[in-house]
Amino acid sequence: MGQNNRTVIRTKNLTKLYGEKAAVNNLNLEIRKGEIFGLLGPNGAGKTTTIMMLLGLTEPTSGQAFINDVDCTRNAIDIKRIVGYLPDNPGFYTDMTGRQNLRYTAAMNGMQGEETEKKISDLLERVGMTEAADKKTGTYSKGMRQRLGIADVLIKDPQIIIMDEPTLGLDPEGMRELLELMRQLSSEDGRTLMISSHQLYQVQQICDRVGIFVEGQLVACGKIEDLGNQVQQENHYSMELQVEPCDDRLLGAIAGQDGVQSIEKEGNMFIVQSTKDMRKALSAFLGKGNYTILHLHQRGGDLDEIYRLYFEKAGQNDEDNQKKRRRRENWRIAHRK
Amino acid sequence: MKTIRKNADGEKTGVSHTENRNGLWALYHKELADHLCSKRFVIILLLIYATSFASLYGALTGLSTSSDSSTTFLFLKLYTTSGNSIPSFSTFIALLGPFVGLTLGFDAINSERSNGTLNRLVAQPIYRDSVIVGKFLAGATMIAIMVFSMGIAIGSIGVLVTGLVPEVEEVFRILVFLLFTCVYIAFWLGLSILFSVLCKHSATSAMAVIAIWIFFTIFMSLVANIIANVAYPIDTQWDALMNSYNNYSLELNLNRISPYYLYSEAVSTIMNPAVRSVNVVTVQQLEGAISGYLSFGQSLLLVWPHLVGLLALMLISFAGSYVGFMRQEIRS
Repeated sequence: MGQNNRTVIRTKNLTKLYGEKAAVNNLNLEIRKGEIFGLLGPNGAGKTTTIMMLLGLTEPTSGQAFINDVDCTRNAIDIKRIVGYLPDNPGFYTDMTGRQNLRYTAAMNGMQGEETEKKISDLLERVGMTEAADKKTGTYSKGMRQRLGIADVLIKDPQIIIMDEPTLGLDPEGMRELLELMRQLSSEDGRTLMISSHQLYQVQQICDRVGIFVEGQLVACGKIEDLGNQVQQENHYSMELQVEPCDDRLLGAIAGQDGVQSIEKEGNMFIVQSTKDMRKALSAFLGKGNYTILHLHQRGGDLDEIYRLYFEKAGQNDEDNQKKRRRRENWRIAHRK
Repeated sequence: MKTIRKNADGEKTGVSHTENRNGLWALYHKELADHLCSKRFVIILLLIYATSFASLYGALTGLSTSSDSSTTFLFLKLYTTSGNSIPSFSTFIALLGPFVGLTLGFDAINSERSNGTLNRLVAQPIYRDSVIVGKFLAGATMIAIMVFSMGIAIGSIGVLVTGLVPEVEEVFRILVFLLFTCVYIAFWLGLSILFSVLCKHSATSAMAVIAIWIFFTIFMSLVANIIANVAYPIDTQWDALMNSYNNYSLELNLNRISPYYLYSEAVSTIMNPAVRSVNVVTVQQLEGAISGYLSFGQSLLLVWPHLVGLLALMLISFAGSYVGFMRQEIRS
């Protein structure tokens, strides 16, 4: 399976400036064939801009993006033949039926005739939209539009599928189906998927690798476990602890333990920061003191934590900038008066 | 038709350029179907039909009185005669034509944008300009169908009712008149598409085009008059003697900025062979002139600049929307 590790999407110092603000800043990204890559970040982090540049819909200020070694900006048409794009909140022509909408997309790709009709029916079947296929899309629910959107993307049989916030606004059942479908697209059809999202749990379930985007910069990229380990090493250990009875004496006692850096109360839980894994030592200590452990959880393993930590790191610099900017604005207003 | 062939690796090997044109073709078809099926189109069609038949009725009643004065080119008078306080067909079209162009184009781009279909559309392997070119061509086709069907309907009803048979020259003149009408309405289509690119909401773009329409049809002549009077006052007798020629020329030229005026002037010239000049004619120039009708070719020569002007306006408005659309960010 050597060729499956071929890089299909590659960006080189990709940068997009809107005025002075960098929406995407020096992005270097590589996505391999057959992979599900999650592009994570808060709203306005530059995820959609990156996708737009990959599709050749927005011109980068500097740097380049390649798909299959084809320049995305210069050969946008060739790119769009092999890349399917599902925008966030995909829209359809409301006075046309689902099937007609798909037929239109097929025609855009130069496909028509009986074979295409069959393909459309198959795809509608695959996304579970056969019953609603001949209803006007104006009557569709959000989940149905999303499913029709996936059928729409699959019409041209793309090697690469880029989805922008695909899980946004779906109910849990719809979400589960969507994730299942995505997994199928990757494992059975061998397509490469790139998913942008700010909903971490869903992405965590299916992504092979993730990239975390903050303020236009890729602050971390890799497998979820690797990122978790990295975070733990950098930030020492953080543990959630809930015990019964809970008193101030205990707080002092835990703080006095070897290795504990700090302890703070968060709701009815203690957050213990330490330089080593304290689980064993603490449970022994608490057991001796006749305390009951209600909850004990080592933070850092899941994406949520990784995300939060990277976020805080990037946010620190950002806050400084914002303060500076605010100060400048205040000055400007005062000046004008 | 060529399709993309794929090899085992899933990479495309054959790329054909017909596909890109397929995109334009598919878009054109869809837009045309959309226009034909939309309620909006049915409404303007009914409106235009109602007004043109009203004007035809007026023309038929007015024709009997005007036929006393001259009996030549009677058939053309079906289109230009007004009677019983009902304006003529050509006046109606000059007034309402912009409305047709406006309805066909005012939400061309911004409705796609707000529906979220635009980014899905441009993610297909078509050139981006296919979107706007397809929309303009579909609108222009609708206009041509409407104008020609209407013009021919009026003519044929005229033949049936009055028994007049058009001469060849009259047929040519009518065809040129209808061509002018198409270009005129296509200008408004281009302008409304331009605003649909520039404005986020379709209501805003509609209001903007309506404002321009009303300005050109009603206020432009007032503005031209005021400016001409300021530049070349004709208050005193001396002023009138010195300035009236310049005053009139300036007012005329200013008026000609308005596509409404340009169109009206061209139509009245082409539909009335007795019109010998569109500019100021001095008595000196008229000396020795024999009164008579202009031939078709000469009439055409007279309105040639008007046609070029209208075409230029149409192309400018379309080019504006084209450039605007190509430079715009796709994401909303």
